[in-house]
Amino acid sequence: MTKIKSLFISLVLTLGVSTAIAGSHGSTHDLVKERGKLMCGSNTGLAGFGAPNDAGVWEGIDVDVCRAVAAAVFGDASKVEYVPTTSKVRFTVLQSGEIDMLSRNTTWTLSRDVDLGLEFVGVNYYDGQGFMVNKSLGVSSAMELDGASVCIQVGTTTEMNLADFFKANGMSYESVPVETNSEADAAYTAGRCDVYTTDASGLYASRAGYPDPSAHVVLPEIVSKEPLGPAVRHGDSEWADIVRWSLNAMIIGEELGITSANVDEMKSSKNPEVLRLLGVDAGYGAMLGLSDDWAYNILSQVGNYSESFEKHIGPNTPINIQRGLNALYKDGGILYAPPFR
Amino acid sequence: MQTNFFRKIIFDEKSRSLLIQTLVIGLFALFIYLITQQTAYNLEKRGISSGFDFLHISAGYDISIRLIPFTSEDTHLRAYFVGLLNTLMIAVCGCFLATIIGFLVGIIRLSSNWLFRNIAYVYVEFTRNVPVLVQIILYYSILLNLPKIKQAIVIFDNFYLTNRGFFSPSPIFKDGFSIVAWSLVIAIIFTFFLKRFLKKKQEETGKQYPTFMINSAIIIFTPIIFYYIMGMPLEFDSPVLKGFNFKGGMVIRPEFLGMLFGLSIYTAAFISETVRSGIISVSKGQREASQALGLKSNFIMRLIIIPQALRVIIPPLTSQYLNLTKNSSLGIAIGYADLVHGFGGISLNQTGRAIEIMMMVMLTYLTISLTISFFMNLYNKSVQFKGNA
Repeated sequence: MTKIKSLFISLVLTLGVSTAIAGSHGSTHDLVKERGKLMCGSNTGLAGFGAPNDAGVWEGIDVDVCRAVAAAVFGDASKVEYVPTTSKVRFTVLQSGEIDMLSRNTTWTLSRDVDLGLEFVGVNYYDGQGFMVNKSLGVSSAMELDGASVCIQVGTTTEMNLADFFKANGMSYESVPVETNSEADAAYTAGRCDVYTTDASGLYASRAGYPDPSAHVVLPEIVSKEPLGPAVRHGDSEWADIVRWSLNAMIIGEELGITSANVDEMKSSKNPEVLRLLGVDAGYGAMLGLSDDWAYNILSQVGNYSESFEKHIGPNTPINIQRGLNALYKDGGILYAPPFR
Repeated sequence: MQTNFFRKIIFDEKSRSLLIQTLVIGLFALFIYLITQQTAYNLEKRGISSGFDFLHISAGYDISIRLIPFTSEDTHLRAYFVGLLNTLMIAVCGCFLATIIGFLVGIIRLSSNWLFRNIAYVYVEFTRNVPVLVQIILYYSILLNLPKIKQAIVIFDNFYLTNRGFFSPSPIFKDGFSIVAWSLVIAIIFTFFLKRFLKKKQEETGKQYPTFMINSAIIIFTPIIFYYIMGMPLEFDSPVLKGFNFKGGMVIRPEFLGMLFGLSIYTAAFISETVRSGIISVSKGQREASQALGLKSNFIMRLIIIPQALRVIIPPLTSQYLNLTKNSSLGIAIGYADLVHGFGGISLNQTGRAIEIMMMVMLTYLTISLTISFFMNLYNKSVQFKGNA
């Protein structure tokens, strides 16, 4: 029986296997260095998180994680090739070795971490699923949505949370499945659905792009925990460490008050943790197989977490998101990186 | 002895080709074996679980377009059947509509009316040369621009056309309706025998009977009579706008309509060309001979031309049916919950069992296609020339 099963399995992905074989030799870190650029799985386009700007350059807080890793590995944040992935193909693309890491508002869950052969290395945005409706409907709470048509991106945790939420509250709904964020925007603005549900961050990002953003309201209910973070393939701890600490370096940078503007002055700081982070005290880069100035490169070229947040999604951007949960632990949020020592 | 053996293999054509074929099959089997081993090894090495256990865990998502009840607590296996039925539904409806449009357009293409002929010509050339995916998205976008739910177009009081679908009353069958249904079945069986009887009579006496009219009347009026005898055991549940949506009634979603229009209008263009070539293939002498016999023109078409044209039409028609069925997997582009979109998309993503699920989907399409081919081949045999002419 198992023989038959494995025979069937093989028949299908004959082509996929050849790339998989190529991906299974050597460590990801070596592969990346050899190639001279980082292949980073990004969103197909989510303003503020990962999307090309007017000049065609990728921008956003998810993109900044890719740039941070490139800065750590190559000393050059621009050595990244972005591979836009839909929510459906993202894991397959990572598993097959087509990309080195995935940084595209992906929720860290047990089954993804364990069953899909992935490794989530941290959280770069604490999110939760919300609902957006047109103000003209006069709805003020998600509990009033009985019988509504709901637009939803397929292949996401959102889909299951939605089913659970409506079931738990004894309400019915019509699900209108769409493939990408932009298709959801089109269906929602055309009135195919009353409600658009996804992670609250995504709702804010979408709303910023509508002709009249003030006509839409994000309802107060947040119905799930959605810790979004970068992921790598399971089984290559060395590479996972590099990605994890590249993200942590940005967060620790904010804790220590190091910005892209003052990073050079900070090199003469008295604080030993700053000196360790910026590679003035040698040794920490070698542990990761990187040069000692890897974190310096991240902070000078990409900036710290706060800079990235304020630049792409903060209150002064069209996306207009408050730090909230994503503030540092000492500022009332839950953003917390392990100590750099 | 031994030399004889080798000599035979090299110089005897039959043995030589047998040897080569055995080698080729052997190499192919080896190739499959190696690929299998490598995939299994890779999956294991990457810590990706495999197997079909996931079919029995609950799916966790809802499907709106469905023919059988489905909730988020049902299993992935049931989601598979929901998707399969949706695929079959669009394939059957699409083939049906495409055949009707195709035959009509094919005949109009041969019409002597300049305007009709050229309208059909433009239709065929346009739809045949634009990718079907583009057409599906076009029709879907048009449907999305219908009035919003609150401004629905009302047709005959109880039918509503909106960008969320076409809402209509749904029938509620009460006690005694089954008798009405059975009366219809019996009427159809009766007309079948009546037709044979009248045909025999015609062969004996030469007198023609309006068989079609008589049979239509029987099929239409029998259930109506029984409907009144049983005290009208049928009521309708009309859709009513309540809150966000219509409650009650039935609905045909724009996703289904977009697929139906896209697939059938596209495929009909190919079918019409098939029909046209079939009709042209019947030699002119056949038509002239029947005219000389004094047959009416619709008899010529129905009794002389079409039966002979069918021999040419059926084989390419089969392949158009297969194309339409396979193209129904494009439902993924507009969110029509077919096999590829629901089971092959959402379940795949929730469980990560890409290989297992894609394999099931592929085998399913293969089965559907082979079944269509089988029945079309049977039909094809029945319309070919009989005897040894």
